[in-house]
Amino acid sequence: MSRFAPFTVTTMPLPSPEQLIVRLADQIAPILGAESTQISALVGIHTGGVWVMDALLARLGRDLPRGVLDISFYRDDFSRIGLHPQVKPSDIPFDIEGRRVLLIDDVLYTGRTIRAAMNTLFDYGRPAAIRLAVLVDRGGREMPICPDFVGAHLELAEHENIALTRADEGTLGFKVNNRA
Amino acid sequence: MKNNLQLTEDGQLRHLLSLDGLPARILTQILDTAASFVAVGEREVKSVPLLRGKAVFNIFFENSTRTRTTFEIAAKRLSADVVNLNVGASSQSKGETLLDTVANLAAMHADMFVVRHAAAGAAHLIARHVAPHISVVNAGDGRSSHPTQGLLDMFTIRHFKGGFHNLRVAIVGDVLHSRVARSQIHGLTTLGCPEVRVIAPKTLLPRDVSNLGVHVYHNMEQGLKDVDVVMMLRLQNERMQGARLPSAGEFYKHWGLTVEKLRHAKPDAIVMHPGPMNRGVEIDSEVADGPQSVILAQVTFGIAVRMAVMSILAGN
Repeated sequence: MSRFAPFTVTTMPLPSPEQLIVRLADQIAPILGAESTQISALVGIHTGGVWVMDALLARLGRDLPRGVLDISFYRDDFSRIGLHPQVKPSDIPFDIEGRRVLLIDDVLYTGRTIRAAMNTLFDYGRPAAIRLAVLVDRGGREMPICPDFVGAHLELAEHENIALTRADEGTLGFKVNNRA
Repeated sequence: MKNNLQLTEDGQLRHLLSLDGLPARILTQILDTAASFVAVGEREVKSVPLLRGKAVFNIFFENSTRTRTTFEIAAKRLSADVVNLNVGASSQSKGETLLDTVANLAAMHADMFVVRHAAAGAAHLIARHVAPHISVVNAGDGRSSHPTQGLLDMFTIRHFKGGFHNLRVAIVGDVLHSRVARSQIHGLTTLGCPEVRVIAPKTLLPRDVSNLGVHVYHNMEQGLKDVDVVMMLRLQNERMQGARLPSAGEFYKHWGLTVEKLRHAKPDAIVMHPGPMNRGVEIDSEVADGPQSVILAQVTFGIAVRMAVMSILAGN
């Protein structure tokens, strides 16, 4: 243990993820549909983004095409930290070409994940549009990326890390800890 | 020493030289990563940018079309720059040593060597002498090992059978001359396969075969009884010195896999072969092209497995 006092973890009350899902679902409901101007497929980013996507679909009661994306092969820190030890297969079971897609992640921070996700998606085809929905935007962007739909904006210290968790029975939660 | 050479200090893959001594954790990591690369191979764009700017040298001191091609495709799908060298006898016949050849290639800024050599231990020797940023993949050394073939076979079995823990697997044919068989046996035992059998005539078995933890059979009927997986080996004519067998026809009669012999295995058993096949010698066409054959799936998975190995190595 360090002899210095540990960084304090944020004392701000965290919103409940279920509440944020409701908020996010209300925002995106009007733009979903089969019209050419509407979003016709959802893509969640492994792993938290997939949980958010599935919670949104359950909340909306909609049966839209859903895809899952693993961005490990497109990360910009490969040369520094190597391949992520738990790469999961991406699965986009519909044609991306010409489609309007809603990209979904749990936490938006630097924007690097979203950059990688867009590059990954483009290797499946040329989408007509990509919109971005995130459960939490914690600021701190390093890339010119701006979400279209946000569950909540949170202010966290730079050393703090927020992650979405999911219990075995499916309940979502937030975990805040200090960056290693 | 072999083990240390393959792993970094914190237990990550440093070189891939042999499946002997690699923990199940590493093998599983490679197979899991390969599953993601199979999905990449089915996309519109089949390459990913992971190894962009890296130089992979395929150094083949011994002929091989399939293995070299699949390594080349794998490296290209990772966006690496690939250089193929069929060293063959050329530089070596001019007197250059193996390490001099490799040192020259390293001076051309190689990041990875994929090495095939007729002498056992060649890849190990190179791995012991390369700079810290260079990794070495053994693409087959003598009769010793062929780890990526072993891994792609493990991937194929896991894909079709879901795992290893309840399986009975038979390896059939020329075990003596086969580096593939050795890698398969190490892979299967490490991943928890409870019963590995080898079926071969006594003259085509290494003397120390029982030390490998396998059950030995000299009869196809008994050996194939109730197995889930049949892994055929190629009869290595070019490695055959002296008369270990009366003839290819005689071999086929006793050890060739026919539909009749395959009936002794479980009805849903899969049939594998590392290629190239000698039809009518170790395997009958009716089996090779039949519904239980997964031989071409092995080739497709081989690319994904090699992509997984190279990307894990390049990242460590």
